[in-house]
Amino acid sequence: MTQPASIMTVNDLEVGFGATTVIDGLSFDLRDGEILGLIGPSGSGKSVTLRAIVGLIAPRGGTVSFAGHTYSDLTMQQQAQVRRDWGVLFQQGALFSSLSVIENIEFPMREHLDMPPRLRRELARMKLDLVGLPPEAAWSYPAQLSGGMIKRAALARALALDPRILFLDEPTAGLDPIGAGKFDELIVTLSETLGLSVLMVTHDLDSLEAACDRIVALARGKLLKAGTLAEMRAADDPWLRDYFHGPRAHNPEG
Amino acid sequence: MARFVELGAAQGAGRTILCVGDWTAANARELERDIAELGLSPAERSAARIDISRLNTLDTAGAWLLTQLGRERADSTAAFVGASPKHATLLQRIAAYDPKAPASRPHDNPLLVPFIGLGRTVIGALRDVIAVNETQGRILGALAQTATFQAPLRLASFVNQFEQIILRAIPIVALISLVVGAIITQQTILQLRNFGASILVVDLAAILMFREIGVLLAAIMVAGRSGSAITAEIGSMRIREEFDALRVMGVDPYQALLLPRVFALVIGLPLLAFVGSMAGLLGAILVGQAYGGIPIETFILRLRDAMTVTSVAVGLLKAPFMGFLIGLLASLEGMKVQGSSESLGRRTTSSVVKSIFVVIVADGLFAIFFAAIKF
Repeated sequence: MTQPASIMTVNDLEVGFGATTVIDGLSFDLRDGEILGLIGPSGSGKSVTLRAIVGLIAPRGGTVSFAGHTYSDLTMQQQAQVRRDWGVLFQQGALFSSLSVIENIEFPMREHLDMPPRLRRELARMKLDLVGLPPEAAWSYPAQLSGGMIKRAALARALALDPRILFLDEPTAGLDPIGAGKFDELIVTLSETLGLSVLMVTHDLDSLEAACDRIVALARGKLLKAGTLAEMRAADDPWLRDYFHGPRAHNPEG
Repeated sequence: MARFVELGAAQGAGRTILCVGDWTAANARELERDIAELGLSPAERSAARIDISRLNTLDTAGAWLLTQLGRERADSTAAFVGASPKHATLLQRIAAYDPKAPASRPHDNPLLVPFIGLGRTVIGALRDVIAVNETQGRILGALAQTATFQAPLRLASFVNQFEQIILRAIPIVALISLVVGAIITQQTILQLRNFGASILVVDLAAILMFREIGVLLAAIMVAGRSGSAITAEIGSMRIREEFDALRVMGVDPYQALLLPRVFALVIGLPLLAFVGSMAGLLGAILVGQAYGGIPIETFILRLRDAMTVTSVAVGLLKAPFMGFLIGLLASLEGMKVQGSSESLGRRTTSSVVKSIFVVIVADGLFAIFFAAIKF
């Protein structure tokens, strides 16, 4: 089997604040069309990695390239172009609280696309349907939504510009197991239908099992191991063993 | 010239619409125009075969437009010919979305809008009256509990608030009082000169600064500086459920959060008003000497006759009430914050506007009251 080309490559990434180095020489790649899970103990720098990749934190060293282009070498305009290929789902959703759900979804389209308003509204309503929200939710404000609905609405907003890469920060945190399961299914379906590549920071073992094609494990700011779930289970690193065979892990053998 | 669609020859039942290029959101406007320029009737469109074998890229926007092409037929995906597997999955999913009744924003009857607005305002004002009383009752209740040692005396919190609200306001209150005192004195001297009675400016400055201007300026400054801060603090704590956390822990948020603030205002505003009045008087002395030619010794001598303890007392008596009103309105508006950051901004504005309005109205009422009792 030929491996699909990588759509994003993180090379020797180094991030720190003041005297502390959070990420110390991390390299991995995200292949086209795959769902990649990023795991690691609390404080190992998963969210920092994500924020560094999407450019919210300036890295100290190393590069992030998208489709072969090093992000930091691009001009401002090219960077903006690359950013339009991303969709980011923040942990708390980060929906704009003063806009209704449909206006939230329309917002990136309004900013970046020249599109007739009627078509934009229709597309936003379709995105709402794609993430499985009822049409009645369109005019609700974020404060009126439940946690699961906020995540879905935020996902719809992340999908507004038809991104090629979707970054998810703990998408299933705070959802009940049924809701989380449905969210995993949703991500897999969306990834298949829309041809998305997904980088997902998660703590959820079920998500890893249900959604992720490959897993990257971080520890103390370094890459611990990258591979499929089966490879992870077979690893003999003590932390990985605890993680995948601990009391909260389901043993596939039953 | 259409870039994205071409019309094929008629072929049996219907014509062929050949779709080419990038059917993406970025081209949406041109795509819509091209489709419209085909000039096909809905019946022709639904009978057409849509050939997408030469389609380059397709995203959800493009897929939506494609499915809209064949929307009149029962199975809108059946019309597509030559779809790649990737495009077919996407088209199938988009076709499954059924845009039922347009979910437009629920609108009120435009004729009724003014009446609905009026009704909301009246009900809102009524609720405000009730809420003001409730908040006042809770704060006074918390005060009573603290006074009778049923609740802890939050000295640290009080001292901290006193510093934030009162001590840190001293420079700005003193400065604007000094400037306002100087301006009033200058204008007064200008008028009194015509009558050769410039010296009377001392009476006027003393009485005006201590009875009215000092306390009013201090109250307005504090309403702007700290009323807004209190509303924003309480409001963001409400958004992040910190308020509810206190409550379920069995801690009365009015007792823990609001009482120290309101208490600092009630104790501190008279002090601030006094500082402001003194600064205003200093402004009067300086301008009196520089502009009116009144030596400091003469000013002070005249001041002894003109200023009574009553003038000072009137100012200091009003201040605690104004402090309480500012604290009350700031807390009330903070409690009304719901959910969005927009609401927080609106409530903070409303807190400042209402406090300043109420402080000035209260000052007017006090003036009538003191005049009536000849104090």
